[in-house]
Amino acid sequence: MSMLPDLLLVMLVLGAALWTVAARDRRSSVIGFIALGLLLALVWMRLYAVDVALTEAAVGGGATGLLLLRACARLDSIDAGKPSAGRTLQLLIGFCCAAMGVGIAAAALGGPDLPPTLAPAVAANIDAVGLGNPVTVVLLAYRAIDTLLEKIVLIAALVGVWSLAPDDVWGGPPASLKLAKASEPLTFLAQILPPVGFVIGVYLIWNGADEPGGTFQGGTVLAAMWLLVMLAGLAEPPETRRALLQYLVVFGPAVFLISGFSGFWLAEGFLSYPTGFAKTMIVALEVALALSIAVIVAMMLAGPSARTPR
Amino acid sequence: MVDFYFGAGALVMILTGLALARLLWGPGPADRMMAAQLLGTGGGAIALLIGTGSGVTAMVDVALLLALLAAFAAVALCAGEPGSKGIHRERIK
Amino acid sequence: MTMFWDAMTIVFVSTGVFFFLAGTVGLLRFPDTLTRLHALTKADTLGFGLIAIGLLPQSADVRVGLKLLVIWLILQFAGACSGQLIAQFEHRSRHSS
Repeated sequence: MSMLPDLLLVMLVLGAALWTVAARDRRSSVIGFIALGLLLALVWMRLYAVDVALTEAAVGGGATGLLLLRACARLDSIDAGKPSAGRTLQLLIGFCCAAMGVGIAAAALGGPDLPPTLAPAVAANIDAVGLGNPVTVVLLAYRAIDTLLEKIVLIAALVGVWSLAPDDVWGGPPASLKLAKASEPLTFLAQILPPVGFVIGVYLIWNGADEPGGTFQGGTVLAAMWLLVMLAGLAEPPETRRALLQYLVVFGPAVFLISGFSGFWLAEGFLSYPTGFAKTMIVALEVALALSIAVIVAMMLAGPSARTPR
Repeated sequence: MVDFYFGAGALVMILTGLALARLLWGPGPADRMMAAQLLGTGGGAIALLIGTGSGVTAMVDVALLLALLAAFAAVALCAGEPGSKGIHRERIK
Repeated sequence: MTMFWDAMTIVFVSTGVFFFLAGTVGLLRFPDTLTRLHALTKADTLGFGLIAIGLLPQSADVRVGLKLLVIWLILQFAGACSGQLIAQFEHRSRHSS
């Protein structure tokens, strides 16, 4: 009985994925991708991976759709009338993707029936950290080095986006996100929703310590709200050369690094926390990281500088 | 009762899944986006039903996020309209 | 008493599912984009609301119950705005081409 909906869900995921690949025009395939993201959020929920479902809902529902649809519009204006990528290139891309898919499938299906897991070890030692959410414990205590590097990669990605700015506009603000046609419902939405969204974002960050949620989900929600305000034209994106903006971008990872090194003196080594203070430190780190993630995600979606600095 | 929640969740999934046919048929981006939006609302309802059925109250937060970002895809659709400002460089050399 | 609340849940959730059915049928069967928009933004918001109300008596504590109501309020607001936005998008794309 309970197999049926899951089977259906799998078929819908495959259908949406197939549509995304096969759709003739870009915009349709991007909308297919948005639908695919929502379906994947459902899949994660069925797997009881609520943290991942939240991330998928926040990133898939809030960030990627906007990024890809704006990219569509930009590409439309650049290559109107030009033929799309050559057949050889398309085949090559298709082949590489298929090879990767087959590789992942082989790894997933070919492994032992019961893959080796550290979950019991995490469950046994969770009290030592003092947090209720095992995912946050793994991310910020046991595998903190991965999380640290992941946040630093985010900075590198933003630097990559900013580097696309031509010399004459370097340091200026990104192109205005404001829509070409003024839209009253959008203005209304951007006036009412962000305060609510801000509270929800903070709630997710705070909740991440004991319940599913955390920095990335909360940070992305905050970024989405900021973007909404910018899209309605109620605020303009800041100049990329502004010191405050750049400090905010590195703030979270810097605090993370400093707390990591302080582990040498205060605890047993790099990225370890002094006994009894683990929870306090992790929650403080999460707040700092979420702030940086919000700024980085929003600025990445806003794009490189496109106007001369004032 | 548990069976009822899962059954209702499965039904909503079937219904919103069927609506995905609009994704295929179109004809315009607005129609396709509507299918995705219905999936978002339905997804929220499924989250509530499965969350209640399984006792995982955190799933309510998934519904919260889906509801909060429900309008975002429609905003993105307008932002990705051909000829939108901010898509082109404003100073052209 | 539990039976009463359970019955209420079943009635409201079933009605909610019915409105999702209405939304799907409308989205698939209505003749053009703007009429289909009616099916989307009204039927599914109502369906969601009924399901949320139906689940209220079953919520683990007051906090979860309040959250259900907040979600529904946000969804009503977002649904109304996104309906307008999609309609404007459709309107513009018809008149520009």
